[in-house]
Amino acid sequence: MSVGKFIERLLQLIPVLLGVSIIVFVMMLFTPGDPVAIMLGDQHVTEELENALRHDMGLDLPPHQRFFKFLSNALTLDFGLSYYHRQPVWDVIASRLPATIELSLAALVFALVVSIPLGVLAAVHKNSLLDRIATVTSLFGVSLPGFWFGILLIIFFAVNMHWLPVAGRAGFESEVAPITHLLLVDSLLRGRIDAFWDALRHLILPTITLGLPMASILTRVTRASMLDVLNRDYITFAEAKGLSKTKILIKHALKNALIPTVTVAAIETGSLLGGNMVVETVFGWPGLGRLVVESIFVRNYPLIQAAVLFYAVTYVMLNFFADILYTMLNPRVKL
Amino acid sequence: MNDAVLRIRDLKTCFDTRDGMVTAVDGVSLSLGRGECLGVVGESGSGKSVTFASVMGLVKKPGFIAKGSINFEGRELVGLDPKNYRKLRGKEIAMTMQDAQTALNPAYTVSNQIIEVLLAHDETLSGSRKAQRRQARQQALEMLQLVGIPSAETRLDDYPHQFSGGMRQRVMIAIALACKPKLLIADEPTTALDVTIQAQVLELIADIRDKLGMSVILITHDLGVVAEYCDNVVVMYAGQVVENGPTGAVIATPQHPYTQGLLRSIPRLSDLSRRIEPIKGTVPELIDLPDQCRFMDRCTRAQASCRDLIAMQDCGAGRQVRCIAPGLAGGSDV
Ligand SMILES: Nc1ncnc2c1ncn2[C@@H]1O[C@H](COP(=O)(O)OP(=O)(O)OP(=O)(O)O)[C@@H](O)[C@H]1O
Ligand SMILES: [Mg+2]
Repeated sequence: MSVGKFIERLLQLIPVLLGVSIIVFVMMLFTPGDPVAIMLGDQHVTEELENALRHDMGLDLPPHQRFFKFLSNALTLDFGLSYYHRQPVWDVIASRLPATIELSLAALVFALVVSIPLGVLAAVHKNSLLDRIATVTSLFGVSLPGFWFGILLIIFFAVNMHWLPVAGRAGFESEVAPITHLLLVDSLLRGRIDAFWDALRHLILPTITLGLPMASILTRVTRASMLDVLNRDYITFAEAKGLSKTKILIKHALKNALIPTVTVAAIETGSLLGGNMVVETVFGWPGLGRLVVESIFVRNYPLIQAAVLFYAVTYVMLNFFADILYTMLNPRVKL
Repeated sequence: MNDAVLRIRDLKTCFDTRDGMVTAVDGVSLSLGRGECLGVVGESGSGKSVTFASVMGLVKKPGFIAKGSINFEGRELVGLDPKNYRKLRGKEIAMTMQDAQTALNPAYTVSNQIIEVLLAHDETLSGSRKAQRRQARQQALEMLQLVGIPSAETRLDDYPHQFSGGMRQRVMIAIALACKPKLLIADEPTTALDVTIQAQVLELIADIRDKLGMSVILITHDLGVVAEYCDNVVVMYAGQVVENGPTGAVIATPQHPYTQGLLRSIPRLSDLSRRIEPIKGTVPELIDLPDQCRFMDRCTRAQASCRDLIAMQDCGAGRQVRCIAPGLAGGSDV
């Protein structure tokens, strides 16, 4: 794909993102409750002070002006103040983001590493015991509620067996000076094997809980597309050429079979964001998902709005990325 | 024929399906001499592809070879171990498939798909992996030129979808011929192509056959193609050979009613006034067939003794037919 085409596709995102921000803005316009009253809580203040606050927050402007203000602020990552944290909203979000990114990446890697070999083996040995186990397990995997499964894992592996920590991201003793803010990476970069190990142990259960539904979906996608590909003429033709079994499987079948898997994975990464809220809450994971849940309980509207916008933009970008990936893997599709 | 490249004896290939045992190939015998072109004709479902999938060792589950012998250059192929079979496929016996559009892998360039056969089989390649690839690429280019791809150099790194149907067919032939096989099995090489391209592709195969001295099996629906390009012909019906012999003789004086029917059902440009007579009825289900003549239900000359087991019988001049009352309808005017 040429750079020009890539930029063209990138520019096409602008109307989508504009639409997303309009929706988020309208949502907050119709959210019940007066933001100023919520912000003030139980404090009693004079009417002038209240009006001044309202003016400060731009709430006295007509909607379209408020929207442009919202948009221009959003472009500079200015989402106002989170009074609950007494910090700018974006600073709060940014401080929680690395934990979420680390967990999501771990879940993505887990899902891919489990689902691709499993899906391929299930397809190659269709109707075998392994295939049946994979099919049933993946059915459970998509339908198990994350909070329930997470708690089950905690009870068994942490509470009963003491193999893994119950919650949190890392112990105090394994703090390392941040570089990338991803603990696994930073601890390695700083040469702290103990901290790496500690971070990894904390990561295991939330990763499995978060990644399981995705792993299940991807196993089914991989199995189905592999079955389809294995029946194609080009596989028979590859056999007729006298190529080895592994070559046929890895080179001729897998590359084609992975096109849907990779595309679905990129799209499903967006849904990891939603799963994060549940999993981070269950495992006390200090990420964005838990922050959003906390913010909902305390009605921290500015933060929720910013987070919703952030999720939406991320989702759009992931879909864009999935598109690009699909075209790169599939020479027949031209942008 | 002592100098046979391929000799199939009493081959029986079955599929163990949910509906019962499908006998797709039932007692097929045939033989192919060096440099010979053998045409295999028959309606859809008559077992042509399964016969030669058996030769390639590519009958897939639930199919299996129940009995018989396939002898290639003195080697028995039935029961040959997978490793040795792999060495044979693509190197000594090559196959092209009905539809080049689906037979070429869309994810790889044409050169890649030719090079991989060479890397798998060609022992003349030498040196490092990289050097071998370079030599193979040069050979790939020569193959594409041989099959008549215009400006082949610039097309080496194109993907299959960037070629037209006829060009794709040529690419597939180039892949099949890359290792200079002794036997080419061309499964309906022209069905997917329009008429002018059909002729070009067939000429190409005939041409390369002469150059490389290989034997060719041409599977087709088209008796016209057989008449033009094949030395001998085998007519298949419902998993059995019903007639075989030298092409000219079989077409001039077909012995089996099915062959006669096939010949009557093709239109002739030279005689448009003549009515085309399609054979009435359809090929029987291949499950639990009784040991009687399989064509009986569609035959205009069926009689009581057709219910007996009918064997192939010699009828002179290297011809054989599976019919108790052969030849009655007389010669055809094809
Ligand atoms: N995988 C399979 N499972 C069950 N039966 C099969 C299978 N493959 C082939 N057959 C049976 O074998 C018969 C012969 O098939 P084959 O493909 O050899 O026909 P063909 O003569 O090549 O026809 P066409 O001209 O359409 O290619 C089919 O009618 C079908 O009943
Ligand atoms: Mg066929």
